Amino acid sequence: MPAGPLLAVDDLSVTFTQRRRRDVKAVDGISFSLDEGSVVGLVGESGCGKSVTSLALMGLLPSRGVRVAGRAGFRPGGGDTEADLLSLPSRRMRDLRGRELAMVFQDPLSSLNPVVPIGRQVTEILVRHRGLKGRAARSAAADLLARVGIPDPGRRLREYPHELSGGMRQRALIAMAVACRPRLMIADEPTTALDVTIQAQILELLKELVTEEGTALLMITHDLGIVAGLCDEINVLYAGRVVESAQRHELFRAPTHPYTAGLLASIPRLHASRDLPLTPIRGTVNDAIDWTDGCAFAPRCDNYAEDCLGGPPHMREERAGHRFRCVHPVRTDAAAVSAEQSPAAPEPSAPKGEDR
Amino acid sequence: MSARTERIDRLSELTAARREEAEGRGVWREAFARMSRNPMAITGAAVVAVFIVVAVLGDLIAPYGPTEQNWGDEVFPNQNVFVGPRAENWLGLDNLGRDQFSRMVIGARQTLLVGVVAAGLGFTAGALLGGLSGASYALGGAVGRRVDAVLMRFVDMMLALPSLLLAVSIAALLGQGLVTVMIAVGTAQVPIFARLLRGAMIAQGSRDYVLAARAIGARRRRIALTHILPNSMGPILVQLTLSLATAIIDAAALSYLGLGNPDPSVPEWGTMLADAQRFLSSAPQLAVYPALAIIVTALGFTLMGEALRESLDPRLRK
Amino acid sequence: MLRFIVRRVLQAVPTLFGLSILLFIWVRALPGGPEYALLPENATAEQRAALRRAMGLDDPVIVQYGAFLGRLLQGDLGQSLQTGRPVLTEFAMKFPATVELAVMAMIIAVSAGVPLGYLAARRSGGALDSLVVGGSLVGICTPVFFLAFVLKLVFAEQLGVFPSAFRQTPGIDATRITGLFVVDGIATREWDAAWDAFMHLVLPGLALASIPLAVIVRMTRAGVIEVLGEDYVRTAEAKGLHRRTVRGRHVLRNAMLPVVTAIGLLSGALLAGAVLTESVFAFGGIGQFIYSATQTRDYPVLLGFILIIAALYVLINLIVDISYSLLDPRVRVS
Repeated sequence: MPAGPLLAVDDLSVTFTQRRRRDVKAVDGISFSLDEGSVVGLVGESGCGKSVTSLALMGLLPSRGVRVAGRAGFRPGGGDTEADLLSLPSRRMRDLRGRELAMVFQDPLSSLNPVVPIGRQVTEILVRHRGLKGRAARSAAADLLARVGIPDPGRRLREYPHELSGGMRQRALIAMAVACRPRLMIADEPTTALDVTIQAQILELLKELVTEEGTALLMITHDLGIVAGLCDEINVLYAGRVVESAQRHELFRAPTHPYTAGLLASIPRLHASRDLPLTPIRGTVNDAIDWTDGCAFAPRCDNYAEDCLGGPPHMREERAGHRFRCVHPVRTDAAAVSAEQSPAAPEPSAPKGEDR
Repeated sequence: MSARTERIDRLSELTAARREEAEGRGVWREAFARMSRNPMAITGAAVVAVFIVVAVLGDLIAPYGPTEQNWGDEVFPNQNVFVGPRAENWLGLDNLGRDQFSRMVIGARQTLLVGVVAAGLGFTAGALLGGLSGASYALGGAVGRRVDAVLMRFVDMMLALPSLLLAVSIAALLGQGLVTVMIAVGTAQVPIFARLLRGAMIAQGSRDYVLAARAIGARRRRIALTHILPNSMGPILVQLTLSLATAIIDAAALSYLGLGNPDPSVPEWGTMLADAQRFLSSAPQLAVYPALAIIVTALGFTLMGEALRESLDPRLRK
Repeated sequence: MLRFIVRRVLQAVPTLFGLSILLFIWVRALPGGPEYALLPENATAEQRAALRRAMGLDDPVIVQYGAFLGRLLQGDLGQSLQTGRPVLTEFAMKFPATVELAVMAMIIAVSAGVPLGYLAARRSGGALDSLVVGGSLVGICTPVFFLAFVLKLVFAEQLGVFPSAFRQTPGIDATRITGLFVVDGIATREWDAAWDAFMHLVLPGLALASIPLAVIVRMTRAGVIEVLGEDYVRTAEAKGLHRRTVRGRHVLRNAMLPVVTAIGLLSGALLAGAVLTESVFAFGGIGQFIYSATQTRDYPVLLGFILIIAALYVLINLIVDISYSLLDPRVRVS
């Protein structure tokens, strides 16, 4: 049993710099870790830095105008040697990407090359990392498509992205991601662009692949419903920092940061009384203040008090494994929600392959 | 009480500081602001400004009349005797013993006139054609589409001729003259404007806000004029700026083909350049001055057009 | 696919038909009809009227157009006033020269423009980018005929590196097959003749290439910059593909799509530019003939050549559209 987690992100920050403009800190010191075979969620509203985090880990941020700091220890091949994904030379990253690290993107249509047949887009990764050629690559690609639930894979291989439905495209992208049995898969809002019924199928597929292959999954989403049904551990992000981190059940039972509590309270619930109003969070992410000035969430927070300003609140850990960054946390009883009751958790028995 | 207000003030101050950057301004104001920061646009505007000043104040700047053959006895083109720059003639003399500098300065006016009139003509006619076509297509239903199809076939015919050949045909029809050059060059620009405006209007016509305007029962003409048209002007305004450059270059080409302004009393850079080709090996400066003037001026307009395009293109914004 | 082609061909027919009407009206409206061009200056008014009647110029315009269209469909475009030969014959004689020149110019423009545009886009905002963008703007703004003169003056007359005129050194012994001199030379293994013809192509080819080159550089650059920001390039990078695979299969292939369309449109600029460059280098193609036709008011040649060029232009763009649909599968369905 190797020591330590598969991926340990420590104080990752990403700053976008532009001439004659103020620097923008998209990610401002994120730390979290991920064990082999586990499923971890990064949750937050759009603009909180979750996609930038995933791109930074994959080494896909542009080299100019971006400053990346911190450390992301990754153990390729599950061995004891640890490599820092943020400082590896681009050649080494290129070897890791697609083989050890894979990624599924948000918009399956724009993420597929419109003028290259699906088959070619699947085989190219097999050619690159598994050294397959010609017919062998094609039949492996067909197997992969079948594996992700695409019917008639032989025909689909010859088709172009625009000829496939949204769900099929996302399945194809997932096929590319799992082609080399990666140790870590990052899924960035993989279901946001899809219909609800298909969302459930895709989540089910991801869950199944992860369990069977032992791949660790970093799930990036704004939808607490998705993490509720999928993730072992959840990190809630706000304005580029982790504001709360806990096991799934713990987080849903006892959300402690007012932001997490607010997110949970703003989800419509089937079993809640009809008279109970939904309570959205005031304002938008644009209202955030700089962490150096105080808690970024302060302008939108109900528990806001004067001592929230002046500097970033520290991470506190009151119960083992449950950390939060708040001076005036929500006390459990006030906003208790049980994970079982959690809302839009995907229907596990959703039929497969209906989105043809 | 005071502690509380102070706290709120501080909070709103911090929030406002962040918000200011995200706040949007009007598209055109924003485009203009972006252009005023763009070195390309500034260079272009400076060149164009100098050009316009020279063109307008030419009579005051030029030391001699453009047609005065004051030094006719010093220049003998047949024997390769030319006069280069000297104290009294800053750019030397042309092949007929006229002051080259004065001719260049006075020539700027004709060149500007040709450019502005030709581009204006192309813009007006093209915008009418394209606007009618685009509005019919976007709002006119089945009948409108037919109107559009007929108009566009007409535009296609014009597009089927390379623009210079179109200009040549028109110039041949109208006979030589300054007006001919303007009309010929201007007409050759019409199809581009028509295509651009039509395309932009059709794209705007399918936008949700147009649908919304129709849904609340706004009149079609009103929708076309107040909603679709203003939002479709970007591409053809860019093209108008670029066309000023093209018109000047095309006019020079017509002069070279012998279809330019035949009147020797009004110097024009294109004609001067075309005339000077004969002496290129013995007196290259005679061609180089008008050529440089044409290139720099056209470059000025092109830089402005490109900068405008960039500042209006949402994809190029960062 | 076949339906797509048929539809595009049918679309071109009314355009060309309408164009023939326009050009017909145009040639009727030209000052000084054939009764002035064909008869001596001292001919009487009666003689001129008789000729007009004999040529059918007093018939109703519809009848005249019908006759014109009938002749047109038989390939009869009238005769050149300069040479007395049929316009179609003149065109056929001079066309290969222009094709060879235009192909040369396009080869120069594409083979230099695509790499330059790509490099500029990779380092957009850098020194090379500024140089390439600035250079292409200057290229667009330089009158083609002036550039041709400068090239001729510097490289032919001053340095003597390239010949200054004609398609081949006069007196050279060469077999003619296609009329494309370089191709003929290679086909008959007359290497000297081929090389000689090639050298004659360089300067006019460069002059003619200036505008297409500038356009292709700019389009490639803009295309690459746009495609580099596309999600599918990020996907390709996420797969860890080799840099050259990402560049070739994912970036360039998509970035080239608008360039392909531009090549079709640029063929028009080439034909127009040929009028300006061929006359400078006495190249003897259709461009030079149009130039001399405008000088001598040879209207049958102008009308006929412009009509043929328009038809060719439509045809070239048709071919480009079809090849575009092969490159971009999305077009085929719509």
